Amino acid sequence: MKKQTAKSLRAFAIELAAYSVLVIVYFFLVLHLLGDWLYHLEAHHRYTYAGVALLLIAGQAVVLDTVTTLLFRVLRGRRK
Amino acid sequence: MFFPISNTDINPIYLVVVGFIIGILGGFFGVGGSFIAGPALRLMGVDWNYAVGTDLAHIVGKSIVAARQHRSLGNVDLKLGLIMALGTIGGAEVGAQFIQALKRAGNVNTVVSFVAIVVYFSISVFMLWESHKTLRSAKGRSPQRLSGVKEDHSAFGPITQKIQRVKIWPMISLPTSGIREISLWTILLVAFIGGIFSGFLGGGAGYIRMPSMVYVLGIPTHLAVGTDLFEIVISASYGTFTHAIKGNVDILIALVMHTGAVIGAQIGVVATQYFAGPKIRLAFVPLPLIGAAIVIYTLITGHKF
Repeated sequence: MKKQTAKSLRAFAIELAAYSVLVIVYFFLVLHLLGDWLYHLEAHHRYTYAGVALLLIAGQAVVLDTVTTLLFRVLRGRRK
Repeated sequence: MFFPISNTDINPIYLVVVGFIIGILGGFFGVGGSFIAGPALRLMGVDWNYAVGTDLAHIVGKSIVAARQHRSLGNVDLKLGLIMALGTIGGAEVGAQFIQALKRAGNVNTVVSFVAIVVYFSISVFMLWESHKTLRSAKGRSPQRLSGVKEDHSAFGPITQKIQRVKIWPMISLPTSGIREISLWTILLVAFIGGIFSGFLGGGAGYIRMPSMVYVLGIPTHLAVGTDLFEIVISASYGTFTHAIKGNVDILIALVMHTGAVIGAQIGVVATQYFAGPKIRLAFVPLPLIGAAIVIYTLITGHKF
């Protein structure tokens, strides 16, 4: 049981490290590129901004959830 | 990192860490965590209107992740969640109208603060009493019945059964939640009351809806957590849209916070598998108390963090 917990923790630590790298790349690429466009939308087209905001947060949720699940599966699979 | 929409400068690591903590709470308890996210954003100089709207947007993303995870574990009752979403949206509008009336009367901050303290404190005391009583009575039961099976007893069970016997047409069944027959109006009323608190006190009001689903509707705790998250996705999306139209959402902050919440939510969901229902409810007790402490602090000092 203890071995299993240690294995899970190790896999989680590796997952966290890989995820951190992805998130940093994401910050610099996606948010930097989207920033000005979203600022403009928020100032001039509120309804479009509201729709885009919802799509962005929902899309990010699905994509990041898939990425973390895949990462976890790959790491687990390698350990087995 | 500069966020031009709300005109604030915030360290993204701070946002990711806050998102991570709220993600764990959300995945484990099925709450939005607005009582932490709002003050955490305010602490960094974000205006209250942006803190409230941005928190709602972040709740949408976090709840999608946690609800997907709970769904894969069989912890989401879609039928119940959709019905509750209707009641919650209606209630949220009524709650917002109460706020508008208090604004006109000029005593919104005092009234909302006192209601929040009473509600948060009552929930904590009730859940502490109930989960303690349930855990104590579980000790007397045969260990064979408890081992291997995710049982979910509640000391409030007899009252829940009486509520389920209320026959007001139309009656519906919730097979996923193990409920043979319950009045549609009972579900809508529970959701509506939760919605009033959401509109009145802000956030997703999971702190009142999750316990209500367990004690009033008789939904097993694991299912209540998952279904509440699914319901929050719908009601918080509605809230995000209306706040964004009013210029209260900085989606860039929400997106950064959410990157931490994704990992946190997954940890929270997995953790529910290792705890029985009454233990999850017992662990929930300090959360509303934290909210009450924050409100008392602001009342005494006059500071809004």
